Amino acid sequence: MLTGEKSLNRRKFLATAAAAGAAACSYTQNSPWRVLSGEEARTLGAWCECLIPEDSDAGAKRAGVVRFIDIQLTRKYKRHRKLYAQALSALNLLARHNTSHDFAELPFEARTALLEEFEKGQYRAAFNLVLDHTMQGYYGSPRHGGNADYASWRMLGVPIVPVRGRLQYSILDPASQGGQS
Amino acid sequence: MSLPMADAVIVGAGAAGPIVARQLTAAGWRVVLLERGPWYTPWDCRKDDLRNQRNSTLGNAFGPDDEGHPRVVVDLDGTTRIVAPSEPGYSNNAACVGGGTLSYGAMAWRYHPYDFRMASQYGVPEGSTLADWPISYDDLEPYYEQAEWELGVSGDDSNNPFKGRRRKPLPMPPVSPQEREHEILDKAARRLGLHPFHIPMLRNSAPYNGRPACMRCRWCVGFACEVDAKNGSQNTVLPTALATGLLELRTECTVQDIVFDEHGRATGVRYFDRGGGRWEQPARVVISSCGAIESARLLLNSSNSLFPHGLGNRYDWVGRNLQGHTYTGALGVFDEILYDDLGPGASIAVSDYNHGNPGLRGGGALCNEFVRLPYQFVGMRDPVVPRWGQAYKDWMRHAYRRAIAVQGPTQEMPVFESRAALDPQVRDKFGIPVVRLSGPKHEETIAISTVQAHHADAWLKEAGAVKTWLKLAGKGTSGGQHQAGTCRMGNNPKTSVVDRNCRVHDIDNVFVVDGGVHVTNGGFNPVLTICALAYRAGEFIVQSGLKPRA
Repeated sequence: MLTGEKSLNRRKFLATAAAAGAAACSYTQNSPWRVLSGEEARTLGAWCECLIPEDSDAGAKRAGVVRFIDIQLTRKYKRHRKLYAQALSALNLLARHNTSHDFAELPFEARTALLEEFEKGQYRAAFNLVLDHTMQGYYGSPRHGGNADYASWRMLGVPIVPVRGRLQYSILDPASQGGQS
Repeated sequence: MSLPMADAVIVGAGAAGPIVARQLTAAGWRVVLLERGPWYTPWDCRKDDLRNQRNSTLGNAFGPDDEGHPRVVVDLDGTTRIVAPSEPGYSNNAACVGGGTLSYGAMAWRYHPYDFRMASQYGVPEGSTLADWPISYDDLEPYYEQAEWELGVSGDDSNNPFKGRRRKPLPMPPVSPQEREHEILDKAARRLGLHPFHIPMLRNSAPYNGRPACMRCRWCVGFACEVDAKNGSQNTVLPTALATGLLELRTECTVQDIVFDEHGRATGVRYFDRGGGRWEQPARVVISSCGAIESARLLLNSSNSLFPHGLGNRYDWVGRNLQGHTYTGALGVFDEILYDDLGPGASIAVSDYNHGNPGLRGGGALCNEFVRLPYQFVGMRDPVVPRWGQAYKDWMRHAYRRAIAVQGPTQEMPVFESRAALDPQVRDKFGIPVVRLSGPKHEETIAISTVQAHHADAWLKEAGAVKTWLKLAGKGTSGGQHQAGTCRMGNNPKTSVVDRNCRVHDIDNVFVVDGGVHVTNGGFNPVLTICALAYRAGEFIVQSGLKPRA
């Protein structure tokens, strides 16, 4: 059991660590995200979902595209952090200006209309970047945090193969590999 | 620090270096082979759609790393960019033992006999440095054969009436069964009066050289083969050379420059080990097999009072005439599902359009494309389909398994201004000046490649495609994995860098053996020609008398 003094120190330590963490990057307490804030992740999810909507097959959100992007923003796409922050805040501003609602609160059609406007404006480069990253997260290998449960491969009917090798000895029977047809 | 004298030091363990090592060690030479990357194994195959040598969205699987290996690219509008190895425009080749041959698609083409005499065949277009090779197809034929049998090639080109004379068939039949794509395209090509055949591939269709046959997975081009059925230098000639006990392979060693004595003869190379430690490897003969761009860089970085502008560069030809292949073609969507998950995917070709295109200088082979992994297919969108939203998703779902892509490498007209030079400022992590790539493609290259795209389109339409669209080429600097031409082979020292035996004109004990010496780059993937040249150069070096008799 912690003594009062130790407990106090622990609280102090956690507070300091949290402050240091917040200063070093945008990790926030209780956030499931590495780089994105909760609000940014909501906006991004609503954005990606318009690019690849949910239907009989998973949409971008359920396929983990936001998680893919969040992870990549700590790695190869570190350099795009600022652009993401700016574009997400600009999209929300545009939404509030046009509809007095947050982007993520709007219905699908209204979001799509806003994105069509956004795509043509000064954030075209950011739009294209998010579009490309969404496609990567959706259609790429699950190992990077996207394409959850092989969502896109199931949709396309591409066999889901083991991490190594093939599922069967006979290459004459691709249907036996577990793909949908 | 200096090391014991070697008979030869070879820089680069890509397609060519290990073959030269195999030739020299077989003749009793003591050889040191320096490679800037590590030695990967089949267990390093990650089947990662976003991180491989074909699609480096999240980086290169087999190097170089993005950190510390910049190049400078000058765009056609004059904009200068510093690019990392995984970024477009870098013209990357893998940095590892085996080089590109570890992860390539493995097409094993012999060039067409006309490809060695393009200038005589067609005349030189304005603005091009098109020239004949100083050697012919017949000079190279025995070495093509040696490469096919030692490394292992499968396929069947017996239905290709346009090929050069061959004395021996390929050692292995094509992989089987055939993909549906192959059957459909085969019938359509015959209806068009074309001559379809099985692409020769450096891939086992049966157990060969102690390694198994291809398991037909979809992660082929851009990936190391998980079952080691793809034949590269790293699993064929290199083990042979190492088994002699005469070869020392040093990985993760980056060569800075070639060093000379007071008479201007090479005495060895200076290099950095993985920790940045500096070494000098003395050798009687120096062989640069770094690939066209890095070999040019090595020569240009090797200057002294006798060669103030770089070795072999007395007439400013080093790094010039940078070529690659201008890939164009077409995609088509069919009514029925064609996808059968059988790799490698590419299997059928026609060579009818390599030469004889009316009014045009050459052409190229047309082949069906390797399996398009899902994210790759995103970039092959039919341009009339919206880029995003429900319509795009619907299109992907419908088209992915119903699409065929046909494309091919147009033989390029060499351009003097298309070049790899040294950048005056930018350096790599060891402080070695890096290359600066610039210059346009020739207009005629674009024209030929456009005609090729229409040929591909017609083939797909005949095969029953209900919708087709073209893939055309940009005018920017060529290069890529098929980089060639920067150390041109020729008889005249004023208009070439090496002689017909790959020896640098200026100096009797330095050789360039890689795609850099190609005068023209054929309308085919270049690797088997690089291999054949390496066998031939290796044989010449052995007979050159550069190693004193023991």
